[in-house]
Amino acid sequence: MSFDLNLIAQYGPDLLRGLMLTLLTWVVGSALGLISGLVLMLLQLSDLPFVRPVIRVYIETVRGTPFLVQLFLAYYGGPAIGIDIPALTLGIACLGIYSSAYFAEIFRAGIAAVPRGQVEAATSLGLTRSTIFIRIVSPQMFIAALPAIVNLVVIVLKETSVLSIITIPELTAQLGGMSSDTFRFFESYAVLALVFWGLTELTSYLGLRLEKAITRHVVYR
Amino acid sequence: MDFSAVFAEAHVFLRGTVHTLVVSALSVVVGFVIALPVCAARISQSLILQRAAALYVSFWRGVPLLVLLLLVFYALPYIGLAFPPMVAAVIALSLCTAAYQAEILRGGLIAIPQGQREAARALGLTRWQIRMQVELPQALRIVMPALVSDVMLVVKSSALVSVVGVLDLTRASQNLAASSFRPFEAYLAALLIYLVINVLIAQAGHYLELRLAVGHKRFRL
Repeated sequence: MSFDLNLIAQYGPDLLRGLMLTLLTWVVGSALGLISGLVLMLLQLSDLPFVRPVIRVYIETVRGTPFLVQLFLAYYGGPAIGIDIPALTLGIACLGIYSSAYFAEIFRAGIAAVPRGQVEAATSLGLTRSTIFIRIVSPQMFIAALPAIVNLVVIVLKETSVLSIITIPELTAQLGGMSSDTFRFFESYAVLALVFWGLTELTSYLGLRLEKAITRHVVYR
Repeated sequence: MDFSAVFAEAHVFLRGTVHTLVVSALSVVVGFVIALPVCAARISQSLILQRAAALYVSFWRGVPLLVLLLLVFYALPYIGLAFPPMVAAVIALSLCTAAYQAEILRGGLIAIPQGQREAARALGLTRWQIRMQVELPQALRIVMPALVSDVMLVVKSSALVSVVGVLDLTRASQNLAASSFRPFEAYLAALLIYLVINVLIAQAGHYLELRLAVGHKRFRL
């Protein structure tokens, strides 16, 4: 089980491209999920008819099924019903859809953590609903939800590896290719595991730092 | 949409579903057995054991399951162990869920009032008896909702074992999608079956929580 460093040099450019694609799908997918999760949560607060049950079904379906099967349904089933999107765009969109359901639930819990008296006080001061949400509720909601958000962002990073199965040449796919070219399966996947481990640990650490920085002036936590 | 091809091959889905359930159930049970010593090490007095357990948890939670599956699948032959895909899949999944379950159990143990341990010690129970007869049953009751979520997570994660060649529900739907030229229907059917499984697990978990809360009303939320 010896590791040949020349391999890294030889496959370096491919691996770097793979890493870039992993980071791209991760960041864009998470951002997409965060924004749509916020919209889903806001829609759930609305009084429009049918909106709440429809969103509930959406959230429970996305959270109750494997990401891989969702991906297969979109990638292989999509063209059959006339939706033909390039793999990379589709993969990022699927990551966004997948994480949006979890983000919506996180934000819902975050709002529940904001004391009711604050909203009542703001209402009695004559603030409009949108001002109350933007100035009073959402800052506290984000602080309460921060640990869960960081956790979810780490989960999205791990899910990006599944994109390799629908032919997106991210890091998992690149190292998979290297392993079958060179028959060094164990070394390739060990390197891959270490890269992901480093990335997830770094993200958790940065998340903790951010949490500390933000909650420095918050008393009630 | 035409589901006749899916219904004609219902037995393929049934076998896939059974394999998914078997892999998930075995992984949860084996994972629990591994989680107990990991959790015990995590809260032990020995600094070395603590660090080792923390490292275990960090690795198995920080690396994507797909990568872990491939790593276990290709690493085992190196140490002279050639297992069929099903066994390799269960090994990877249970080692992974053990890390999550260990953390869940740790949370439960911390939540047990200190007085329980003191009372048990005053009654002359040995450390082993206190662990198994006083702490563990109470911890399990506290963490039951989290454990049920973890079981659902395992069922969803088990979709990835199709990648190493296990004929699970996902693999069955892939085969059917290819043979019937009806990918959308095949994957939608798989998605719905996963959803039904998870809804049933959630219901069973809810029932179990109520049963466990009998005589312990204060744990009821």
